[in-house]
Amino acid sequence: MLKQFWGYLEPRYRRQAILTPVFILAEVVMEVLIPLQMAKVINLGVNLGDINAVLVHGGAMVVMALLSLVFGVLAAKTSVNASVGFAKNIRQALFHKVQDFSFANVDRFSTASLVTRLTTDVTNMQTAFMMCIRMLVRSPVMLIGATFMAAYISPKLALIFLVVIPVLGGLLGVIAAKTFPRFQVMLAKYDALNARVQENLTAIRVVKAFVREDYEIEKFDASADDVRAAMVRSEKLLVWNGPVMQFCMYGCMIAISWFGGKLIIGGSMQIGDLMSFISYVSQILMSLMMLSMIFVMLVMSRASASRISEVLNETLDLTDDNVTEDVPVKDGSIVFEHVDFSYSKDKDVLNLSDINFSIASGETIGIIGGTGSAKSTLVQLIPRLYDVLDGRILVGGRDVREYKLDTLRRQVAMVLQKNVLFSGTIRENLLWGDENATQEQVEEACRAAQAHDFIKSFPDGYETELGQGGVNVSGGQKQRLCIARALLAHPKIIILDDSTSAVDTATDSKIRAALHEKLAGTTTIIIAQRITSVMDADRIIVLDDGKIDAIGTHEQLLQSNAIYREVYESQQKGVA
Amino acid sequence: MNQKNTRVQSGGPGGPRGVPMGKPEEIKKTIKRIFVYLKGFRLHIAAVAVCLLVSAASSIACTYFLKPLFNNFIGPLIGRQNPDLSEFARILTLMALLYLSGVVALYIQNRLMLEVSTRTLYRIRADLFSHMEKLPISYFDTHATGETMSRYTNDIDTLRNMLGQSLPQFLSSAVTVVGVFLAMLLLSPSLTILVVLMLLIMLKIIAVLGKRSGAAFKRQQRALGNANGYIEEMIEGQKVVKVFCHEPVSKQEFDKLNETLCDASVEANTAAFLLMPIMSNLSYIHYAFTAVVGSLMAIAGMLDLGTVAAFLQYTRSFSQPITQISQQFNTLLSALAGAERIFRLMDEQVETDNGDVTLVNAVRDENGELQECDHRTGLWAWRVPEGDGVSYVEVRGAVVFDHVTFSYDGKKTVLNDVSLYAKPGQKIAFVGSTGAGKTTITNLINRFYDVPGGGITYDGIPIERIHKGDLRRSMSMVLQDTHLFTGTVMENIRYGKLDATDEEVVKAASLANADSFIRHLPHGYDTVLQSDGDNLSQGQRQLLAIARAAVADPPVLVLDEATSSIDTRTEALIERGMDSLMEGRTVFVIAHRLSTVRNSNAIMVLEQGRIIERGDHDDLIAARGKYYQLYTGMFELD
Repeated sequence: MLKQFWGYLEPRYRRQAILTPVFILAEVVMEVLIPLQMAKVINLGVNLGDINAVLVHGGAMVVMALLSLVFGVLAAKTSVNASVGFAKNIRQALFHKVQDFSFANVDRFSTASLVTRLTTDVTNMQTAFMMCIRMLVRSPVMLIGATFMAAYISPKLALIFLVVIPVLGGLLGVIAAKTFPRFQVMLAKYDALNARVQENLTAIRVVKAFVREDYEIEKFDASADDVRAAMVRSEKLLVWNGPVMQFCMYGCMIAISWFGGKLIIGGSMQIGDLMSFISYVSQILMSLMMLSMIFVMLVMSRASASRISEVLNETLDLTDDNVTEDVPVKDGSIVFEHVDFSYSKDKDVLNLSDINFSIASGETIGIIGGTGSAKSTLVQLIPRLYDVLDGRILVGGRDVREYKLDTLRRQVAMVLQKNVLFSGTIRENLLWGDENATQEQVEEACRAAQAHDFIKSFPDGYETELGQGGVNVSGGQKQRLCIARALLAHPKIIILDDSTSAVDTATDSKIRAALHEKLAGTTTIIIAQRITSVMDADRIIVLDDGKIDAIGTHEQLLQSNAIYREVYESQQKGVA
Repeated sequence: MNQKNTRVQSGGPGGPRGVPMGKPEEIKKTIKRIFVYLKGFRLHIAAVAVCLLVSAASSIACTYFLKPLFNNFIGPLIGRQNPDLSEFARILTLMALLYLSGVVALYIQNRLMLEVSTRTLYRIRADLFSHMEKLPISYFDTHATGETMSRYTNDIDTLRNMLGQSLPQFLSSAVTVVGVFLAMLLLSPSLTILVVLMLLIMLKIIAVLGKRSGAAFKRQQRALGNANGYIEEMIEGQKVVKVFCHEPVSKQEFDKLNETLCDASVEANTAAFLLMPIMSNLSYIHYAFTAVVGSLMAIAGMLDLGTVAAFLQYTRSFSQPITQISQQFNTLLSALAGAERIFRLMDEQVETDNGDVTLVNAVRDENGELQECDHRTGLWAWRVPEGDGVSYVEVRGAVVFDHVTFSYDGKKTVLNDVSLYAKPGQKIAFVGSTGAGKTTITNLINRFYDVPGGGITYDGIPIERIHKGDLRRSMSMVLQDTHLFTGTVMENIRYGKLDATDEEVVKAASLANADSFIRHLPHGYDTVLQSDGDNLSQGQRQLLAIARAAVADPPVLVLDEATSSIDTRTEALIERGMDSLMEGRTVFVIAHRLSTVRNSNAIMVLEQGRIIERGDHDDLIAARGKYYQLYTGMFELD
C-alpha cells in the first residue's frame, strides 16, 4: 500500500522524504557517540587527572551535540515538508480521482464517506507518514547503535541486553497485539454511539413529537456505558506499557550496577564506562518502547490507508479513452435500440429492459411513470452518465460510446432531479453552462427559465451570493436557476428531470412555452409528475417498472393507456 | 419551514494549537466544574496523587544513590583482593526495592486514572445527552447539527486525552522537574547554575516557537476549513459537475486551495516539530558542558566522581519533562476550551413545563362518569387537578386558537392574530406558500414553541396547563422531513408505540400501504435501516413515517406534507388507508398538492401569517379568491 502512495508523491517531496531518514541517521549516530565520549572524559580525564583530555573529549561532545542539533532541526524541517507534501499529493490524487468518477462510481460510495476519506483519513495518513520517515528509522538505528556501543564498551556487561531486549520486546509486542482487536471493538462502538447522537440531532422533532426523550436517554446511557466498558477493556492492557518498561529499565540499572561494579572492582572496567553504559540502557529501552508505539499507531492507521486506496484503486467504469476521433454531435436525434440497463450490472436485476424508441431532432417528449419506474434512469443514459448493459443508444445517429464524453455532454444538457447550486454568486453559478456567456445571454436564459424577475428583485441581482447548496433561495427559485444554467449551454438536447416540481403550474407552463419558442430546434425531454407538464408534448412515453408501457400523444394515451389515465384521473379529481 | 439551515464548515483535525481560549476566570470556572465530576473519585484521586509522588520520588532517589554507589561502594574497593561486597549488595537491594515501589505505584496510578477518566467521561457524556434531549426545538433551530456534534466528538475526545494522559503526565512532569532540580541543588549548587542558564534558554525557545506556531496553526485551521468546505461542496454536487463537464475547473480550483493549505501547514508544523529536536539536543549540549565542568571540578578536587555521575544522569532526566510540560500545556488549554463549550451546552435552558394536567387511561362507570384506570382502554382523559379535587375531561381533540400572534425571534411576526377552531373528528387543512406560517401552527399545537400570551386551548384546557409529554402523546405527527432511526423496520414503526405487538405494527404498515414494499426488502420487517434509511426512496420513507404515526393511535393527527414525495398514483392507492387512519380523529393537514386537502372540513389559506380565506373546498372555489387562483394554477407556491 505504501508503495502505491509513494507513486503519488512529487519528486521534491520524495527528496525530502529520503533526506529525513538520512538526517535522522546522522542525529542518532551523534546521540549514540556522546556517552562514549563521556566515558573517555571520565576515564582518561578525571581518573588520570588530565585536564587536556577532559577538554578534548568534552569539546568533542559539545561539537557532537551541536551537530546533532543541526541534523535534528534539518530532519524536523524535511519531515514536515515531506509529510505535509504527502498529504497534499494524496488529497489531490483523491480529489482528482473523485472528479473523474462516473455516476456508477459515485453511487458506490456515500457522499459522507468520500468526504471523510478526503479529510480525516488524509490527516491520519499524514501523521502515519511522518512517523514512518522519522521513527521507523530512528528507533531501530538507535536500538542497534546503542547496543553496539554498549557491547564495544563491555561485551560481558552487554550480555544483559540479550535477556532484557527479548523480554521487553516480547511483553510490549504481546500488549500491542492483544490491545489492537479490543481497540477496534471499542472504536466501532464509539462510532455507533456518535451515530446515535447525530440521529437524535437531525430527528429531534420526531423524538419530541413522540415524547421519546427518556427512551432515547436510556438507550444512549446503555451504549455510552458500553463504550466506557470497552474503553477500559482495551486500555487496561495498555496501562501496563509504562510499568513494564520501567521495570525492565530499572532491572537493567540494578544488574548493570552490580555486575559493572564487580568488573570495576576487579579492574577490568573503568568507572566512566559504567556511567556511559547507563546512558545506553535508557537509549536502548526507550527505542524499544517507541517501536511498540509505532507498531500500534501504524496498525491503527491501516484502516485509513485502505479506505484511501479503495478510492484510488476504484476502476473508472466509464471512460472515453478508446475514442480517438472527436466527432461533433450532428443533431438532437435520439434512438434507443433494445436497451437493457442494470445498476448492479446484473442481467437478472434489470432496471430497464428492452427499451426501444426514436426521437427526431427538435421533438418535445414527455415521460410519465410512478416512483421507481426508472424515468430518471432512462434519461441518464442519453448523456452517457451510465453505460447500457445491452443494446445501444444513438445520439445524432452515432453510438454515445463513440463520442468524447466532453463533446457529448456539452450537447446534452441535463437538469437533474436532485440538483445543486454552489457557493458563489448567481452569475457564477449560471456560467457553469457557458463560461464565456455575455450578460445578455445570461439574462436571456434566465428570462426563458422565468428566473430573471426574481433575480432582479434581490438587492444584488445577478451578483447575489448563494450559500453552500444554495440555501437562501426557495425550492422553486432554485429549480429555475438550474434550468437557466442548463439553457446557457445551448445544447442540442435538453433534459428536465422533474425540474419544475416546486414551481407552480402557471410558471411551469410559461417555462415550457419559452422553451418551445427559444429552443425550437432543440430536442426537449421532460420528466414530470404532473400530467399538465407533459400533456402538450409531441409524444409522451409511459414507463412502468422499467419497461415502456406506451408511447403516444396525450389524447391517444388518454384513450388507450390505463396507467396514463389513472395518473390523469388521480390529478384531475380536484379539478372535476 | 423555520429551520435555519446554517451550515458550519467542519473545522477538521489539525492539532491542538490555536484554539480560541476563554478568559482566565472562565477557565477557573470550567476547572471547578470538572472537579464536581471528579468529586465521587476522591479516594481514587488521593491514591493517584500518592502514587504519582512515590513513582517520581523513587526514580529521583535512585539516581541520587549513584553518588554513594560510586564514592563509597565501588571507588574504595577498586583493586582490592577479596573485597567485601555485602554493603554494595545491600544498597543495590534497597535501590531495587525503591524502584519496584515506583513501578507498582506507576501501574496503580495508570489503572486508577483509567477508571477515573472513563467513568467521568461517561457521566459527562450521559449528562450532555440527556440535557440535549430536553432542550427546546428553538435550540436546534439556531445551532447547526455539525456544531453540536463536535461537542460529542472533538470536545469529549480532547477531554478524554486530558484526563487520561495529559493531566497525569503534566503533573508527574512537574513533580519530576521540581524534584530533580532540588536533587541537583543538593548535589552541587555550582553545577546547578548551568542548569538554570539552560532552563532560561529553553523557556525562551518554547516561548518563541509557541508564539510562532500558535499564529501559524490558526492560519492552517482556516486553510483547512476552506479546503474541506470545497471538498464537501464538490463531492455533494459531483453529479452536477459531471453533467456540466466542469471537472477541469473544479480540479484547478481545488489545487489552488490545496496549495495554500500545504503552505500554511508547513509553516505551522515546522514551528511545532522543531521543539522536540531542539529541546532534546540542547539537553545533550547541557550534558556535555556539565561533563566538562564537572570533570574539571573533580580534577581540582572540588567534586567527587559519584556526584558528577549522578548529576549527569539528572541533566538527562531534566529536559524531557520540560518538553513534555510545554507540549501538554497546549493540550490542557484546548481541552479546557472544549470542556467550556460542553458546559455551555449543559447550561442551555431546557424546555420549561409547568403543566399539571396529565393524560390518563379512562373508563366510564355506570353513571357515564369518567374514571381513571391503569390499563389501556382506548379511552383517554385529561386529569385536571382543581384545588384539592380532580376532574376528568375526555380527550377528543378539540383545538382552538384564539387570536394567536407569534414570532420565533421576537422581531418578525410569523403568525398574526390567527383564530381557528377544530372540532373533534374534523380535518383541517392549511394552504399557503413557504413562510406563510403553516408549519408554525402545528408547532404551536404540540408546544414545540410556546406562545407567550397563550390563547390555544385543547379540549377546553389551555395548553400551557397540559404536561408537555402528555400533550404530545395525545397527537401523532408526520413531519415534512421524514427521519428514520438505525434499527429494523419493525423497530422504526414501533417508535410510535413502544409496546405495540408485531401484529399491530404490520397492521399499521398495511394501513399506510407500506406492507408490500417492506416485504420485498431483503429481510422484510427485520431489515436494518442505516443512516436515516438511506437505502429507501423518499416516498418509501414517508410511508414508514405514516405507519409510525398510525401505530401510535392518538386522537389528533398532524400531517405536514406527509405525502409530498409519494407520486399521485401511489397517493391514490394509500388514500383509503389514510381515510381510515383519519377517521374519528382531528386531523391537521399541510399539503402542497391541493388534491390532498380537497376533502377537508375546513381549509385555511395563509398568507404572511394571516388566515386570508377559510371554508371548505366548494366555498373557496365559489369565492373565487386566492384558493381558486392557486387551484387553477394562476399563482405560485414555493
